[in-house]
Amino acid sequence: MFLDTFVLLSANADSGFLASLNQRLNLGDIIATVVFFTILMLLLKKFAWGPLMGVMNQRAEMIANEIETAEKSRAESQKVLEEQRALLKEAHTDAQSIIENAKKQGEATREDLVQAARAEVSRMKENAALEIVTEKEKAIAAVREEFVSLSIMAASKVLGKEVSEEDNRDLIEQTIVKAGEGR
Amino acid sequence: MEHTNPERILFGISYNPANIMMLFVTCLIVFIIAVLATRKMQMKPTGMQNFMEWVMDFVKGIIKNNMDWQTGGRFHVLGITLIMFVFVANMLGLPFSISWDHELWWKSPTADPVITMTLAATVVILTHFYGVKMLGAKGYFKTYFQPMPFLAPLKVIEEFANTLTLGLRLYGNIFAGEILIGLLATLAAGSIGGFVGAIIPALAWQGFSIFIGAIQAFIFVMLTMVYMAHKVSVDH
Repeated sequence: MFLDTFVLLSANADSGFLASLNQRLNLGDIIATVVFFTILMLLLKKFAWGPLMGVMNQRAEMIANEIETAEKSRAESQKVLEEQRALLKEAHTDAQSIIENAKKQGEATREDLVQAARAEVSRMKENAALEIVTEKEKAIAAVREEFVSLSIMAASKVLGKEVSEEDNRDLIEQTIVKAGEGR
Repeated sequence: MEHTNPERILFGISYNPANIMMLFVTCLIVFIIAVLATRKMQMKPTGMQNFMEWVMDFVKGIIKNNMDWQTGGRFHVLGITLIMFVFVANMLGLPFSISWDHELWWKSPTADPVITMTLAATVVILTHFYGVKMLGAKGYFKTYFQPMPFLAPLKVIEEFANTLTLGLRLYGNIFAGEILIGLLATLAAGSIGGFVGAIIPALAWQGFSIFIGAIQAFIFVMLTMVYMAHKVSVDH
């Protein structure tokens, strides 16, 4: 009995409090605002902001990666460029030395050739001189021989008798040689 | 045009069905905009995604102005949702308001002090929550005695003042805008001369109200982050 009254009283007091509160305050609106806003925030986080943030982060990451890659490839190309430059320089030096060498070699070859040609010429000259001398001697000998036969022929004609060629040749030749020396 | 707010009692709690409806409409619109904008996401954003990313960066900028991103990053979602919610809520009452049986049904939900105060109180309670969470109970109570111990009573008053101003600023701006639009609309509906006289101020005031609505949404989020920064960072 006592308990019942107490419960009733408290229930009355409760409803009285709520009723008086209701006259002053839109408790329902407050609850609805908070609940709606919370639900909206959670839904948006799941369906809109979360994915969007994900994409933006992904993009930021991608851009960072791209920048890094670009930096790397730039450094690499710089390196390659340096290498190429060095190679080019080397090639240039090589070419220069090759040209130098070739020039030197050409010079030497020319010198050699000239030398050889000169030697050849002088050799040929000598040969020619020798030949000329030989020929001259040959010609002189031939002339001498002819002259001897002619002389014998003339003498035999003059003498009217056959002079043995073999007998007199030596004599005549000696005479001619003497005459040649005397000349 | 005289009108009152509809009042109903459900489960022993009184509520305003118009507010519930408008809150629901606001949530629905914000949700649809956000989901449409982020439906087809690309690395190279186009159209709506661009807009949404701009909003995100905007809120990020607000947060970064007040605290470092390491601390503030967790409030990003709260900030974006708040700015979208408050902005859409501010816009809803602009094109028209609908009353039925002298009860106002369609209006900006933020033109009701209960709703704005609830939002403001939620924000301030959140700041206290994060203050305790991130600085610890000791660090949290220490902030009341900085920079000078004798300022502690002022600090306590400040908390209530913050809540009050945060909520009532938004309410006042939006409510005043709607009242004036309502008056101009009444004038325009009265007579042909009234219509001619009211059309230009009505247009101007609606444009201005859009501006006010955007600014108030920005201020609401800005102040949220300012209060948050006061609670969660030690250097302030």
